[in-house]
Amino acid sequence: MIVVDRVSKYYGEHAAVRDLDFTIEAGQCVGFLGLNGAGKSTTLRLLSCLLLPTSGRITIRGFDAEADPHEIRKLIGYLPDTPPLYPEMTVERYLRFAGKLRRMSRAELEKRLPEALERTALTAVAEQPINTLSHGYKQRVGIAQAIIHRPALLILDEPIQGLDPVQIVEMRELIRALSGEHTILLSSHNLLEVERTCDRVLMLSHGRIVEQGEGLGAKAGYRDAARKHGAELEVRGSEEAVRAALSDLEGVAITMIAPLGDEVLRVKIESPADARELIAARVVERGLGLRRLERASTDLEEAFLQFRDAGREEARA
Amino acid sequence: MKNIGLILSRELGSYVRTPSAYFIAAAVLLVDGLLFNAFAVGERRLSSEVLQIFFYFAGIVTMGGGVLFSMRLLAEDRWTGTDVLLFTSPIREGEVVLGKYLAALIFLSVLTVASLYVPALIFVNGKVSFGHIAAGYLGMILLGATTLAIGTFASSLTENPFFAVILSFVFVVLLELCWPIGQIADPPLQELLSYASLHTKHFHASQRGLLQLSDVVFYLSLIYLSLLAATKVLQNRRFR
Repeated sequence: MIVVDRVSKYYGEHAAVRDLDFTIEAGQCVGFLGLNGAGKSTTLRLLSCLLLPTSGRITIRGFDAEADPHEIRKLIGYLPDTPPLYPEMTVERYLRFAGKLRRMSRAELEKRLPEALERTALTAVAEQPINTLSHGYKQRVGIAQAIIHRPALLILDEPIQGLDPVQIVEMRELIRALSGEHTILLSSHNLLEVERTCDRVLMLSHGRIVEQGEGLGAKAGYRDAARKHGAELEVRGSEEAVRAALSDLEGVAITMIAPLGDEVLRVKIESPADARELIAARVVERGLGLRRLERASTDLEEAFLQFRDAGREEARA
Repeated sequence: MKNIGLILSRELGSYVRTPSAYFIAAAVLLVDGLLFNAFAVGERRLSSEVLQIFFYFAGIVTMGGGVLFSMRLLAEDRWTGTDVLLFTSPIREGEVVLGKYLAALIFLSVLTVASLYVPALIFVNGKVSFGHIAAGYLGMILLGATTLAIGTFASSLTENPFFAVILSFVFVVLLELCWPIGQIADPPLQELLSYASLHTKHFHASQRGLLQLSDVVFYLSLIYLSLLAATKVLQNRRFR
């Protein structure tokens, strides 16, 4: 559905993105992951035809972004990092305006408006002026304007930014629910959020894609790690004793042992199921001092830092 | 056309629902009345002279109104990020410019016509022709429309509405300054510079109750060029 062919975007001398090269199939939910300034928003703005590439070519459903932006705009719904809202309008009036902008007929609007309101849980506030809504609701209105015309491609730039934890969960569920009927592209600097929401991740650093597609998980091992229930513990004892204690636990593999000083070791393990109780029991049984045991949650961050550093090296080169 | 109507109706709704438009409208009408009271009445004058003086000042006030109304047209959308909604929709940049411009023009025209109470006061103690009033008001609306178009262009150049109003003011003042500069310049520069004056050169006939085709052509040309330039600026944003 989307073909991005060696696309670069320069602001003066500064390269916001360089040599982007990827394709996205219809129906996928793809996350653009990267730190601030990595080029996520620029990539999404290029895909939504708000910007033109300095070089390279973007086609969406066969339409060229440079030659046929008007055709592409008919296909997309876009939520920028700040929802484009008219504060003095009521939610319903605003959504009607957004629908008409997308060339919806009156009949289509009458049918689609209640659906969009319900889908984004806005029915109760439909008659309220937008400037009286909370940040979370404004974000929902932003999503509602992006989906009201059932676009083939939904582009969401930092959709969870500024939301509280409850709103983040609700937003994630909403995006997952939408992924069945739209191709979704979203950006985030939140690793776990992208992992939880998207089928595929494109990792950006310094304007370049440092990893993408299915290979990302395999290379970093983080998808496996997530599936394998990593755990991390601190144990007082010798390395030999720790290895001996844990090595014969079924399916448990030690991935790292590092001394922390004072005869304490930091140990990372992987297992097909959550083995923390077994590990705790074995360590205590062997007379080792268990100081800390918790589920490992840092694999994603480590993978990200690894790729980010790779991108930095490439950028320097 | 449908898209222009859509933008126009949203903008007009926004004027009705936001207080700033009412503040500007009230200020323009107040200043019209105060200037009329200060300069046009008092001394013994012919009614047509009183009307000419009213149109002279009301023309300047309308220009000010045009500058103020134009500041929010395109700059505010960029400031608040709502331009993204427009430019990710299947709508042309020219349609956005025209829809917003026409909405502001309708509001400014209604406001200008609302000052009719001032020339109506002349009928209390005098007599003026309806033709003089009509020519004056048409001239004022054209003058306001031109200022508004120049302001729309200025508003396309920046995302800050405050800078937009300053820029618009500078453009209008520079055009007006062409008149005094033209008076001290040698031909052919003299005619060329004088021709660029919005008020002194091209509004003069309307003030006196005459609507000249050359003035109308000048105003319409400037409106067209300004709106075209604003559209080009919006189109070029994709390249930035």
